[in-house]
Amino acid sequence: MPPMSRGFDTMRYLPLSDRDRGEMLATIGAPDIDALFADVPAAARLSGPIAGLPGHASEMAVERHMARLSAESLTAGQVPFFLGAGAYRHHVPATVDHLIQRGEFLTAYTPYQPEIAQGTLQVLFEFQTQVARLFGTDVANASLYDGSTACWEAIAMAGRITRRSKAVLSGGLHPHYVGTAQTMARFTGDTLVTAKPEVSAQADDEALIAAIDAETSCVLVQYPDVLGRIPDLNRIAAAAQAQGALLIAVVTEPVALGLIESPGTLGADIVVGEGQSLGVGLQFGGPYLGLFGCREKYVRQMPGRLCGETVDADGKRAFVLTLSTREQHIRREKATSNICTNSGLCALAFSIHLSLLGGEGLARMARASHLRAVQAATALAALPGVAVVNASYVNEFAITLPRPAAEVVDALAARRVLGGVALSRLVPGQADLTHVLLVATSELTTDEDIAALCAALAEVLA
Amino acid sequence: MTVLNPAGWRPELGDRIPAALEAPETVTGNRALHLEEPLLFEVGRMDHCGVDFDDVPGSPLAGLALRAAPVDLPGLSEPEAVRHYTRLSRQNYAIDLGPFPLGSCTMKHNPRLDEKVARMPGFADVHPLQPVGTVQGALKVIDELADWLVKLTGMAAVAMTPKAGAHGELCGLLAIRAALDARGDKREVILVPESAHGTNPATAAFAGFQVEAIPATDDGRVDTAALIGKLGPHVAGVMITNPNTCGLFERDLKTIADAVHAAGGYVYCDGANFNAIVGRVRPGDLGVDAMHINLHKTFSTPHGGGGPGAGPVVLSDALAPFAPLPVVKPGSDGMLRLVEEADSAAEAPEAFGRMCAFHGQMGMFSRALAYILSHGADGLAQASGDAVLNANYVLRRLEHVLHAPFAAAGPCMHEALFSDDGFADGFATLDLAKGLIDEGYHPMTVYFPLVVHGAMLVEPTETESKAGLDQFIMAMESLGARAKAGDPALKSAPHFAPRRRVDETRAARKPRLVWSA
Repeated sequence: MPPMSRGFDTMRYLPLSDRDRGEMLATIGAPDIDALFADVPAAARLSGPIAGLPGHASEMAVERHMARLSAESLTAGQVPFFLGAGAYRHHVPATVDHLIQRGEFLTAYTPYQPEIAQGTLQVLFEFQTQVARLFGTDVANASLYDGSTACWEAIAMAGRITRRSKAVLSGGLHPHYVGTAQTMARFTGDTLVTAKPEVSAQADDEALIAAIDAETSCVLVQYPDVLGRIPDLNRIAAAAQAQGALLIAVVTEPVALGLIESPGTLGADIVVGEGQSLGVGLQFGGPYLGLFGCREKYVRQMPGRLCGETVDADGKRAFVLTLSTREQHIRREKATSNICTNSGLCALAFSIHLSLLGGEGLARMARASHLRAVQAATALAALPGVAVVNASYVNEFAITLPRPAAEVVDALAARRVLGGVALSRLVPGQADLTHVLLVATSELTTDEDIAALCAALAEVLA
Repeated sequence: MTVLNPAGWRPELGDRIPAALEAPETVTGNRALHLEEPLLFEVGRMDHCGVDFDDVPGSPLAGLALRAAPVDLPGLSEPEAVRHYTRLSRQNYAIDLGPFPLGSCTMKHNPRLDEKVARMPGFADVHPLQPVGTVQGALKVIDELADWLVKLTGMAAVAMTPKAGAHGELCGLLAIRAALDARGDKREVILVPESAHGTNPATAAFAGFQVEAIPATDDGRVDTAALIGKLGPHVAGVMITNPNTCGLFERDLKTIADAVHAAGGYVYCDGANFNAIVGRVRPGDLGVDAMHINLHKTFSTPHGGGGPGAGPVVLSDALAPFAPLPVVKPGSDGMLRLVEEADSAAEAPEAFGRMCAFHGQMGMFSRALAYILSHGADGLAQASGDAVLNANYVLRRLEHVLHAPFAAAGPCMHEALFSDDGFADGFATLDLAKGLIDEGYHPMTVYFPLVVHGAMLVEPTETESKAGLDQFIMAMESLGARAKAGDPALKSAPHFAPRRRVDETRAARKPRLVWSA
């Protein structure tokens, strides 16, 4: 980018003028700013700007550059759009983005000084309550990075509770979540029993239950699973708990819970998930929102920040971060997790969106998303060579195609239709999965979108 | 002294804090612009909804087991929601309101251009699993930012996916583990200085290492001799924060790095304080093998009330092959590619795996890139210079009022460290911090680093003006004098915040973490 011809003293983010700098250096007793870096060995001190990097640029120049880059993407809002597989595109009311940009939320720090952070703290308390009710758990934390890292944290927590180190992962668990857990397990020494997704109308709950034994710390089941099927959590919970293992339910699409029963109600001991589909948006995969709920008796083994209710010196209700003796800044190497953040602003967006919806609105949103899925599945199944895999689904389902799904996805994109996710992108190298396409819908899906997908797919498969 | 705020500051009061006014109680509990706000569950109703949906024809799939009742969540109409959250927001302090001198946290101005850019649809409204040909704009942001991070640090490569600083630490340590595994070396110990952030030992433990502490010297730096004395065939590496948490540059880092490398270990640098040296010093020149960069600190993506952050990790030649998936690479056709699981065996055979779903914190990458492009290489060096200048100005203006344990040793970097030495009996750092709230400031970092008693770590950042610093210094002078004199009004501060001191013990004794009627 072309540099602007102006001095630092007018750099728009730096309030010090050269005169200020001179006065301050005089107070300090230093000849220049470089002298303040005297502790840096001379050999490591750079004499000028780093070669090969441009100089400062005006706001308008930066905006122009970024707008040009943005225009190089085909955006979801431009075309018929059917991608899911762990990230969902839903309507986010304009109110949400307006409110999260209030500077008092956007530019605040972690609420370590509760007297001047009650806004953030009350939001977190409300968020925890919303998540707990959505998941059907006793309690929930103030959020983690995302669903995949929350999933590993749940496995680690189950290990602490049961003092066992073998986790059984359902084949329906999102492959990126499996991969994240495998990375960690490789270094912690935990054993993970995994299976690849099977292409069948119902998830194979029997095989999963058969893998549970007296060494098992936890069983992980995605609900709905990566193919959109709805496993029988009640049965799996009973089987796990009979062996002294915990059931961890993983929810990557919380909107689905507007239509089907909450996992905690069905017996899950820990429920984790990805909160992105409420309030946060697609954002090419991040930042997202890790949701984490569990039974109250496990609260002291939970990872991450927790906000609790208390009173102030005048007896007024107040909120404060609590049980921090679990956390790294107090416990250091004995902490329950190394996490030092929550996904605060995403939690706020989620909470505002869910407040606007309420339980009734969430049910309507889930129903609309589901009805679009039924409509899309029916239309797709009518195409020659296309079959719907699932016996049950909410707003995401799998279809089999007569050609490799990855090729079909590219061919659809060339026709300006974002038609779904090829399962082979998530689980490569499995011959029986190459022809499977995951298709998701939401309340944003229209009749025209479904017609365009079917027309383009018919053309591609012809 | 100049009266900086003639409308609000009354010089005739001198060091005396005005007694709380005898104000009448109000019926509502509100006090003009101080508005109390009930909980969502107290104002919301099950039959309220602020979102409408278009009708969709059809009926649910036959056989789908529907939930018995909607989730028990109250709703708000749109005006109620706007008011609920706007009222709550006003109970927060924020960088938009005033100085936020939290040491080690880097609370500086968050440019609004960055917010605008992050919402551009080519970055915000793209799905992480779209065909790569349709997400070139997003991939170019990642690639351009990666190029900047590599060049600013003088390193070989960068892993972009870690979601925050602690996640970046984990990435660096897993890369070290993977590199050791690759040569069949079973080293189990990570050396961590006593002054380190709590995340350092927690991360080392989370990654399956044992932690051994390294003492600090009297001048606030790592004890180089003690560290080198601990090296051996069992030591996988060291984690060093530079500039360190006392706000000082670790002069011996290169010497330490050479010794660690000679002993077969690796050097992890906690880059939380990279903002002090960016554009002036490259960690790669100091022998660092891995360092996370908190985009929310050095490159000013907003803290958002506690996240989300982003923690890309720059890697040396020795560790670069082990970087996690996915990796953005140029393709033969001029397009950018994503190396994921399908291609990893061929193109990233030593990658240690995946740290999270998808590709990292895109929303933070676009903000950070806009910030970096705005500054340029020259502006970043000016920003770090101004940050260090502001901190030294605070240090020199306050060292006669507050005990500054390392002031005599020379300049500080981007933050000035003080202790509670000299306070009246029964008065502690916390009291001064709470007094600062009444003066209209967010307190500095308190009781950290642990190596200084009653530590107060002040990080003004480069985005505070001299006039703003002068007023802050005036407030600190007053508070320091009151803490030394034992002013009882300080002991019960804050007096003017939305809440007085809160009962943390009560919150922890019988935790109430969710609302119930």
